[in-house]
Amino acid sequence: MSTETRPALSQSELERCYEAMVRIRVFEDAAQRLFLANEIEGSIHLYQGQEAIAVGVCSALEPDDAIAATYRGHGVLLAAGSDPARLFAELLGRETGLCGGRAGSMNIVDLEHGVIGCFAIVGGSIAAATGAALAAQLREDDSVGVAFFGDGAANQAYFHECLNFASVRGLPAVYVCENNQYGEFTPYASVTGGGRIATRGAAYGLPGIEVDGNDVDAVRAAAEAAIDRARAGEGPTLLECQTYRHKGHSRHDDPRRYRPDDELKSWLARDPLVLAERALDPEWAVATRAQLEQEIEDALVEAKAAPLPRPDPAASATKEPA
Amino acid sequence: MTQVSYRLAVRDALAEEMERDPDVVLLGEDVRIGGVFNATPELLERFGPNRVIDTPISELAFAGAAFGAAVRGLRPVVEIMFADFLGLVLDTVANQASKYWYLSNGQASVPYTIRTTVGAGGRFGAIHSQTPTGWFMNLPGMKIVAPSNAADAKSLMKSAIRDDNPVLVLEHKLLYGTTGEVAAGNGSVEPIGRAAVVRPGRQVTIAAALAMVRTALAAAAELAAGGIEAEVIDLRSLRPLDIDAIAESAGRTGALVAVEEGPPTGGYASEVISAVAERDRSVRVARVTMPDLPIPFSGVLEDAVVPQPPNVVAAVRKLIGERGE
Repeated sequence: MSTETRPALSQSELERCYEAMVRIRVFEDAAQRLFLANEIEGSIHLYQGQEAIAVGVCSALEPDDAIAATYRGHGVLLAAGSDPARLFAELLGRETGLCGGRAGSMNIVDLEHGVIGCFAIVGGSIAAATGAALAAQLREDDSVGVAFFGDGAANQAYFHECLNFASVRGLPAVYVCENNQYGEFTPYASVTGGGRIATRGAAYGLPGIEVDGNDVDAVRAAAEAAIDRARAGEGPTLLECQTYRHKGHSRHDDPRRYRPDDELKSWLARDPLVLAERALDPEWAVATRAQLEQEIEDALVEAKAAPLPRPDPAASATKEPA
Repeated sequence: MTQVSYRLAVRDALAEEMERDPDVVLLGEDVRIGGVFNATPELLERFGPNRVIDTPISELAFAGAAFGAAVRGLRPVVEIMFADFLGLVLDTVANQASKYWYLSNGQASVPYTIRTTVGAGGRFGAIHSQTPTGWFMNLPGMKIVAPSNAADAKSLMKSAIRDDNPVLVLEHKLLYGTTGEVAAGNGSVEPIGRAAVVRPGRQVTIAAALAMVRTALAAAAELAAGGIEAEVIDLRSLRPLDIDAIAESAGRTGALVAVEEGPPTGGYASEVISAVAERDRSVRVARVTMPDLPIPFSGVLEDAVVPQPPNVVAAVRKLIGERGE
């Protein structure tokens, strides 16, 4: 799938990426357990299976770059460096959450780690990252704006309007489509004209590259090329990363109602962790996982111990001079 | 003080703020040559194409990009040519920008300005004539200003640009050609949220905005000829409303008429009336608005739906008659 053949990652970089992917996997497994136990309220959208995309892209970014993600955003947040304890706390509606419990799973902002937002409306991240790229261009600050979005977003006005706008302005933007094959419960191919999403880049005069989204090395290579291109003032790039979500769309939906079993099996054989492990020492991988399970358990204990926010009668929706 | 048109007051506000702050940039359709309403002439020559940016006809893209750019430190001013086009940007304004300060728990605000042209009377038909205030009235985090004269076209624009939050600036297309005294210079600006008494009176308060301020003043002159002294309040800020000022006036006069160029439901007139009524049940209240209809094209039909001075006079006389004066 990928046009890139050279390994992007050194052995030590691959190990760091593997750690980052396992951190996401273990976090999301724990989040799912909490949700099914009714400890997390509302809805969550899980990232298991897609870890190589967040990690491959975010590991290639600099601290000043801007990241916009989706309501399926835990993976990108963790890959960007968000504190797992504060992320758990946000999902649990605690005062110490990344947004003090105001945002919840779908709307998190973590500017300290470059995440300008997770967006609850399909496609919203695309405009946010386009704007970050516009700011970078106008302020000549050498940063890039990266949008993560799903295959469903490729049919939203946000996608088409922003790719055109970014193309005509030559914005330093990278558009990362996480094609997990389903928009909610609907197979993407049944609602997406023209076959591939990557080919839509050509319509707007920018490179559209299809990537094996479960191969962290391939994602990293494609992301590096796109980010280099953006920083060099050569304009935006569209990456279509093929992947698969291991879980349902959200909440309790059972994906067996709309996805064939053999499809899941074939994608599980290409689990991004399994693919990465081929190039890693098995004992090191086992030890790493154990270490991360402890880290995530500690984070969860910390989050659960945090206080609930107190409703503030003086809370304001606007920023006013002190 | 010099005589300046409302149109050039808008331009001068933009120029002064762009001069003052290099992070202020203007984005919109055809803004380089001055825009369809010619409110941005000569800004390109002064500030260059990186700060006066022509966009595709792609409102969602450039309004959405303005949001992202504002989070990252710019103070963009977005021109939406006609307010009727705001429907195209509702997601980024309502779901992204207006909620950002609160949902991010104060990590950043969205210091951008959306300026747009509103108002009937131009024979532009239903979808180039609206004043869609109600679409934005119930958005926590949003501010809305509505200048009725040249001085405010400048001062409220400057306040909007310096405000740290999303601000919608409504410019009435019939007011662009009007002139007034406008302060020069680039000093401090007032915070958003203050109404102004533009005609004092003691028997009834008439609250209005945009072109309806002229309508209210014309009605007040006619009422004065008949012996009724009306106080006219120019609301200036529709969100937040200056309820203190309106309630103080209405408490004094005992009667309040809110005049709005918009449909009767869910606009600023409803909000003015309910907020004052909550504070002071003794105030008699009435609204003068458009009927619950789209704005028709034919001149005779359009004029019939826009509140006119006789409508306001009649509403005041009825209200005061009820009170037995």
